[in-house]
Amino acid sequence: MSSIPEDLSYTKEHEWVAGLDDGRTVTVGVTAYAAEQLGDVVYVQVPEVGAAVTAGDAVGEVESTKSVSDIFAPVTGEIVEVNAAVVDDPSLVNSDPYGEGWLFRVQIGEEPEDLLTSGEYTSLTSAEA
Amino acid sequence: MSRSTPLREVHEALGATLTDFAGWLMPLRYGSESVEHNAVRTAAGLFDLSHMGEIFVTGPQAGEALDYALVGWLSALDVGRARYTMIVNGDGRVLDDLIVYRLAPEEFLVVANASNYSMVARELTARAEPYDARVDDRSGSYALVAVQGPKSTEILRTLTDADLEGLKYYAGLPATVAGFEALIARTGYTGEDGFELFVRNEDAAPLWNALTEAGEGLGLIPAGLSARDTLRLEAGMPLYGNELTADLTPFDAGLGRVVRLDKPGDFVGRAALTERAALADQEAGPDGTARRLVGLVARGRRVPRHGYPVTRDGVVVGEVTSGAPSQSLGKPIAMAYVSPSAVEAGGLAVDIRGSHEPVDVVDLPFYRRSK
Repeated sequence: MSSIPEDLSYTKEHEWVAGLDDGRTVTVGVTAYAAEQLGDVVYVQVPEVGAAVTAGDAVGEVESTKSVSDIFAPVTGEIVEVNAAVVDDPSLVNSDPYGEGWLFRVQIGEEPEDLLTSGEYTSLTSAEA
Repeated sequence: MSRSTPLREVHEALGATLTDFAGWLMPLRYGSESVEHNAVRTAAGLFDLSHMGEIFVTGPQAGEALDYALVGWLSALDVGRARYTMIVNGDGRVLDDLIVYRLAPEEFLVVANASNYSMVARELTARAEPYDARVDDRSGSYALVAVQGPKSTEILRTLTDADLEGLKYYAGLPATVAGFEALIARTGYTGEDGFELFVRNEDAAPLWNALTEAGEGLGLIPAGLSARDTLRLEAGMPLYGNELTADLTPFDAGLGRVVRLDKPGDFVGRAALTERAALADQEAGPDGTARRLVGLVARGRRVPRHGYPVTRDGVVVGEVTSGAPSQSLGKPIAMAYVSPSAVEAGGLAVDIRGSHEPVDVVDLPFYRRSK
């Protein structure tokens, strides 16, 4: 079973959100569960720095050998940083989804809604498995 | 509910990601599909292909019955040899692509795709009816395990006394492998040297384990359907449902060579295929729409996939049949049916979810193993 760190928030689209407690900027990536489902990731498209995003918008994509999935903005705000390393080496999504495989950072514009706790996300993945 | 092969528990113990494929629960990958792909290219991979169909055609007129039922000239096949062929309908459209092995003068094994073998068995039974031949679908009792890759011979040699070096490509011989009765065939769907081993269901798991042991230290790893698909795509091999469909004749797919119009007697589809053969290969196309099966290499990193439109100057000129990131080329590759005039003109793109990504037309196959 893939790991689901307790200190992160999650979305139904299998993304994680870090740093909600610390203030205004959060880091976003895809979960280990999602990475396992995708298989080897070969292409990552991230939004542009400066882009205004709304929670639920498709803002990028993750492509693997067999499939392609949209990346959704988990929160509303402005993209302030993207992970150039993961664009260069998409396999980081598989090898370190919660670390070096992070995708982008968002400066939060509105109070986030509908994010899941690690417990809620665990239930979601158990139901799907 | 999906059916399981006799190796399901083996796959589960290996931690495979299982997926439904043509009604069968099959291993999609065991770990990383790229690692599995590269293992087959550089060492060896072990595949469960037990979802494929095994149909036996036997009797004094088995060869004649197959000559009538299929587009190939099977009665002329030497014992111990195999042929890639197809079954078409009366209009010459492809119902399935097949490999036929001649096991004895009066015994043939027809290997059909998982999604089609019940239909193929029914068609063969109906078509063989006037002949002194018997059609027996034994798909339920046979398993198929493949060892593919440059180390295949070295691995298999430790388990059998059979003359593997003397076994040619597209040939098969009955032998004992790891103590089990098997048909060893030098065939595959990866573009590498390798073997396919037909065994009884109950022998599949112990044979798999024996092969795994024999491959230890030689780089053999289990490989799933994901790697199988990228391997066959690099090798330019058609997949039924993608490059071959019931809308197309063998000529439309650039495979007119499998249609043996020179064989004696009538066969199902002969009239339609004779007419089609008079037109330039792949230039007429189904319903008068000219299209040609081509290889495409993407300049960017996004992957053209099955069903995506091929465009030129924003106009749709074809459609992708299969696409994947290629390990061997380091770029996305695809096969596609494209209008011949657009292929000649160049400047093609694939509409990847709204963005037209440039592609170059290349000769198939994308990958050819070094001898």
